[in-house]
Amino acid sequence: MTALSWAYVIMFYLAMLILFVGVTRKIIQYARTPAPLKIPTTPAPTTKAGVVWRMITEVVLFNSLFKANRWIWIFGWLFHFALLLAFFRHLRYALAPDSIFWPLVNNWLVLNAGKYGAYAMLIGLLGLLARRFLVDRVRYISSPSDYLMLVLILGIAGSGMYMSFISRVDILELREFVLGLFYFAWQPLPSDAVLLTHLSLVLILMVIFPVSKLLHAPGVFFSPTRNQVDNPREQRHLAAWARRLETGTTS
Amino acid sequence: MADFEIPTIKEYPVIPHLQPGVSAHLKPFVAKADFQKSLSFPGELVENWEQKAVDKLGELTGKYRSLRVFLDSCVKCGACTDKCHYYLGTTDPKNMPVARQDLLRQVYRRYYTFAGKFFGKLGIPGFVGAKEMNKEVLDDWYSYYHQCSQCRRCSVYCPYGIDTAEISMAAREIMDSVGVGQKYCNEIIGKVFKVGNNLGLPQPALEDTLLGLEEDVKAATGFNVKFPLDQKGAEVLLVTPSADFFAEPHVDGLMGYAKVFHEAGVSWTVSSYASEAANFGMFIGSYENMRKVSLRIREAALELGVKRIVFGECGHAWRVAYSFLNTLAGPFDFLDQNYPIPQHICEFTYDLIQKGAIKFDKTANDHRVMTYHDSCNVARASRMGNTPGGQFKIPRAIIQATCNHFYDMPPDTIGEATYCCGGGGGLLTDDLIELRVKGALPRMEALKQVVENHGVTHMAAICAICKSQFTKVIPYYGFTMDQIVSVHQLVSDAIVLTRQ
Repeated sequence: MTALSWAYVIMFYLAMLILFVGVTRKIIQYARTPAPLKIPTTPAPTTKAGVVWRMITEVVLFNSLFKANRWIWIFGWLFHFALLLAFFRHLRYALAPDSIFWPLVNNWLVLNAGKYGAYAMLIGLLGLLARRFLVDRVRYISSPSDYLMLVLILGIAGSGMYMSFISRVDILELREFVLGLFYFAWQPLPSDAVLLTHLSLVLILMVIFPVSKLLHAPGVFFSPTRNQVDNPREQRHLAAWARRLETGTTS
Repeated sequence: MADFEIPTIKEYPVIPHLQPGVSAHLKPFVAKADFQKSLSFPGELVENWEQKAVDKLGELTGKYRSLRVFLDSCVKCGACTDKCHYYLGTTDPKNMPVARQDLLRQVYRRYYTFAGKFFGKLGIPGFVGAKEMNKEVLDDWYSYYHQCSQCRRCSVYCPYGIDTAEISMAAREIMDSVGVGQKYCNEIIGKVFKVGNNLGLPQPALEDTLLGLEEDVKAATGFNVKFPLDQKGAEVLLVTPSADFFAEPHVDGLMGYAKVFHEAGVSWTVSSYASEAANFGMFIGSYENMRKVSLRIREAALELGVKRIVFGECGHAWRVAYSFLNTLAGPFDFLDQNYPIPQHICEFTYDLIQKGAIKFDKTANDHRVMTYHDSCNVARASRMGNTPGGQFKIPRAIIQATCNHFYDMPPDTIGEATYCCGGGGGLLTDDLIELRVKGALPRMEALKQVVENHGVTHMAAICAICKSQFTKVIPYYGFTMDQIVSVHQLVSDAIVLTRQ
């Protein structure tokens, strides 16, 4: 094991810790913060099942965004779908070849769809970045960090594509390294410059996730305008702090 | 006519280019100390207000999940940027919903996120969209959080459902808490506490007005339609916006409700103690004040011993009534559980139409070619009837039962996509007239289309604010005030009275 490999082992654990603890903390915070009033954006479902369906259309199809703006929807949805494909394609680094999960995901599909999904990701990201530069309204609301976030993910996608399509890295060695992290049996990391860039950018992404707008991922599930049932006439909806106002007043 | 430029109606609506700062000067009068104090807010800007504002923001993010999630989740995708009527009408970029939210979000990011604190210490908070709390920020808040009518149109289009109304309510509550309140809203809430309604109309004046209406209806129809006040034992307590008692065309709607109650044989009453449906506590984001105003309705219902509560035509009042009343002032276990609590006057009338209990002579409205303006709070923050979307169907069904000629405005300007009238959210004040005229642009464009394509002559609404706002601003666009009507005005004109 080189010093470089050790450094990456340590950085990976740190980044995973920050990601996991940070996001878990935010989720607990969201869950614990009361929603004292019924504020679903109506028309809204009147049943829980209806709300589940509404959330599915939001999370899977980006329904509201589709209504808002077709260009953002196309680029945004392409990017997120490609992200899902990339996740599947990267499973082979996190799962041992004999893992029981493999029959659940079609390996051919994972490899090919994931590979060409990279183009979809590139198109999506470049489209979103172009909008930030070209549309005056979007340019106005963009901070440097908004551009850099896209550049960061573009860097991850670009370095990944480079390794897939141009200069291949030793995948078996990389898998050993990653599986070693999971099994606490640390293995050396191939010291390929592009691979190290790819991994470093991923580490940065993991670390900034819980302190950035990437919190939209857990946030959307807690959005009261989307996840509340429209039944305020049938049920009172009293938060704990609001209940305290009631002591000593009227019948 | 005006000392500002009135927007021109284009052939097709266009998304304007940004003109930074053009509406920074639009701000309502600040509330005087007396009015602040009657709502338990400090009378003037408190000492160390920067820190107190930041603390209050922290307190609110702990009380409202909406606020916390919305401040964290925005990715600046731009989906909302062209959705606000005030942006479309003023072209000021800070009227884009996301930019409006960012005025508060930048402070949240600076003091309550690692990224903001970290880059703030490095002296470059703007790198991550964070900013120190200072006078410039407070001035921006005062201007631009009073250029939001809390209509929720942006929340329809946001992929995370971020509702700028929640943010502007929080910002107004923070400003109130450091002593910077808005005159119009806070004076009105004070009047409700003191007198019972927004207009400060005391019991004798109300009694007089209602007697006058009885005489008017008698003269016009020959029927003894009553307008009861404080009548114990009545079946229905009618809670209606106080503008219904004398403003035009509101009062024609009130006559409509009275005729419907009369013809249905349902006894009803207005309460002088709770003679107001409006609840401006919502506009200033104050749960406590909203609750205090709501409790008056509960107390009146108990005092008068009614069985049902029916709300008159008012948009935000219906939001508070439908979505919040049960929570704020419930449980209403002392009312008749066979009816929705509370019920909208449109639901009440619609039920009677469905049962065939009231009849109309549609030809009475033949001089009108109608269209209908969905009020924002009814459309996107409440419901009527048993199924989602009933708030769109029921008022239209009433119009079509009473009129022969009805045409909807373009689909992206009605239903859940409806545009605010431009005067909602506590902005219906003369000190904001420029904003109100400009904010009405998208609705005026839509109205012009149906006027030109279908010969529409009148636009009906079910909101006191919409009606007041439109009658005031519509002349700026070349229409006339009398083109705005109440939905129950159409009912009033077409209903066939049979009972004496």
